[in-house]
Amino acid sequence: MSFMQIKDLCVHYPIRGGFFNTVVDQVYAVDGVNMEFEKGKTYGLVGESGSGKSTTGKAIIGLEKITSGSIIYEGKDVTNQRRERTSAYNRDIQMIFQDANSSLNPRKRVKDIIAEPIRNFLKLSDQEENKRINELLAIVGMPEDAKYKYPHEFSGGQKQRIGIARAVACNPKLIIADEPVSALDLSVQAQVLNFMKDIQEEFGLSYLFISHDLGVVKHMCDHISIMYKGRFVETGRREDIYQDPQHIYTQRLLSAIPNIEPATRIERNKERQGVEARYQAEQHKYYDENGKVYALEKISDTHLVAVNINEKGGK
Amino acid sequence: MANIENLLTIKNLHTSFRIKDTYYDAVENISINLNKNEILAIVGESGCGKSTLATSIVGLHDPINTKITGEILYKDLNLAAISESKFNDVRGNDIGMIFQDPLSALNPLVRIGEQISESLVYHTKFTKEQRKERVIELLNQVGIPNPERVVRQFPHQLSGGMRQRVMIAIAIACKPAIIVADEPTTALDVTIQAQILDLLKELQAETKSGIILITHDLGVVAEIADRVAVMYAGQVIEEAPVEELFNNPKHPYTRSLLNSIPQMNSENEKLQVIQGLVPSLKNLPREGCRFSSRVPWLDANTHEVNPVLHEVSPGHFVRCTCWKHFDFESAEGGN
Repeated sequence: MSFMQIKDLCVHYPIRGGFFNTVVDQVYAVDGVNMEFEKGKTYGLVGESGSGKSTTGKAIIGLEKITSGSIIYEGKDVTNQRRERTSAYNRDIQMIFQDANSSLNPRKRVKDIIAEPIRNFLKLSDQEENKRINELLAIVGMPEDAKYKYPHEFSGGQKQRIGIARAVACNPKLIIADEPVSALDLSVQAQVLNFMKDIQEEFGLSYLFISHDLGVVKHMCDHISIMYKGRFVETGRREDIYQDPQHIYTQRLLSAIPNIEPATRIERNKERQGVEARYQAEQHKYYDENGKVYALEKISDTHLVAVNINEKGGK
Repeated sequence: MANIENLLTIKNLHTSFRIKDTYYDAVENISINLNKNEILAIVGESGCGKSTLATSIVGLHDPINTKITGEILYKDLNLAAISESKFNDVRGNDIGMIFQDPLSALNPLVRIGEQISESLVYHTKFTKEQRKERVIELLNQVGIPNPERVVRQFPHQLSGGMRQRVMIAIAIACKPAIIVADEPTTALDVTIQAQILDLLKELQAETKSGIILITHDLGVVAEIADRVAVMYAGQVIEEAPVEELFNNPKHPYTRSLLNSIPQMNSENEKLQVIQGLVPSLKNLPREGCRFSSRVPWLDANTHEVNPVLHEVSPGHFVRCTCWKHFDFESAEGGN
């Protein structure tokens, strides 16, 4: 059973212009997104830059104004109460940012950084707070004396782990991870990913994992949605997406990922050209005349694809 | 291939930076050569010295705080020792460079056409019309639609992929024999990355130039490189032809790196983690195996005192002897 539903989420930015600075057009950054979150699952959101995946994440947590649509959290509509200090939603949904460096206040000690959500939401005495901070540092595998240091004294991977410690401080239900590893080196990335999986098992967390790296997403996510121009083009379980991609855009993304087997190089290049040719030839099947993708259609219980139904009938 | 023609030879190159009156080697004793018609990839994590190596080849280091010793031999010139004015003849003409972030590498106030023809002004005797023609030709070559319009545009009017194509056009404007590409696709989306990589490969096949590709992405390496050098802490620790490296990696670092990639076709396993951290430039151990602190469970006498590159099979070099004792089971035990 899902604890949170997102219905028809839209985030539009007005473009102003003309003599009176009136709204002349809209940017449809997120345009009708539906999602459901279940406990202990990881949801991947994949797309190229500008596809609206980060905006979706920010809109869910409340850093971005929602134009229309609703967010239902545990049966309650929280669409306009997302940033209220007293609301449970604000405590239970946390975020990990892409650039750990700029998401940590350089003038605060690690202790104060991690304690911030605790001080906001939980009424703990100093001793309890101290104990909780030590616990959190232990969870993210850092020594206790780290709490008296400043962010600049840590490496990139460690900073990202401090960010994670802050996010899990109040036992959240859902963590929105916006490209948490794309600024990290390979071996550090592995560390952070392993660690995210560990705490997920331990606390039954759900993740909304936003990334452009399909390899990482495959490793982490149970359920994946591919985004293009603010809309989902395909959504389904991991197996659905990777083994049976239906939409040309998904196929294109998958064929573009470099593989670490040099032997298959030429073969993959051919495949890529094939997909590209089909992409050029079959545009109308997948995009309408404005270049927008169609509404999602169910092709199996778990797998939804945005295709033109009329075209599909003729196939 | 029978006629391997050597293009660039680097011999015992040291590039060191000054930190408070002491010079620290960021690139230590690197010897490597680039052949004609070859893509040589240099891989490593941040801070391993791969970009320092690239900028040393192109001579873009701050001369006051940097010391370069050793030899970078191109034709009959030693690029590490020639004067700046002489270097100006080589840079852009014989060696082109592609930078990571095209937006900050392009001048935002200068039109695309002018930026591309800049190196033509310096290095060729083309007339204005000829230059214009060549610019259009270049833009066509790198696959930019409607080049007549693009020459009059500014960088901010182009998308990231288009900007990177413009960068490539600038780099190949004078038909250089060597192209140094420093993370050319890191700032791009995967689909654009695939296009740019295909483009680089095509151009290389056409012009038979040599490309030095600096990257941290092993996927990119597997996709287009011919030969790979893996760097760790300022040294080359493994060098091999691309298939050999991916199918038969030897050095513990290379093997751990390959195992830490979340793979498309592997299932939910734990990713391999390398213990510890890359030591910073100031704290680098200058003796012994650089990687020893990351594999602490290996006995000290499995490392060489002064690790050198050993040829384990034709063209495949590995530094130190510790790889013979490294396996992932013992790594697990050590964790």
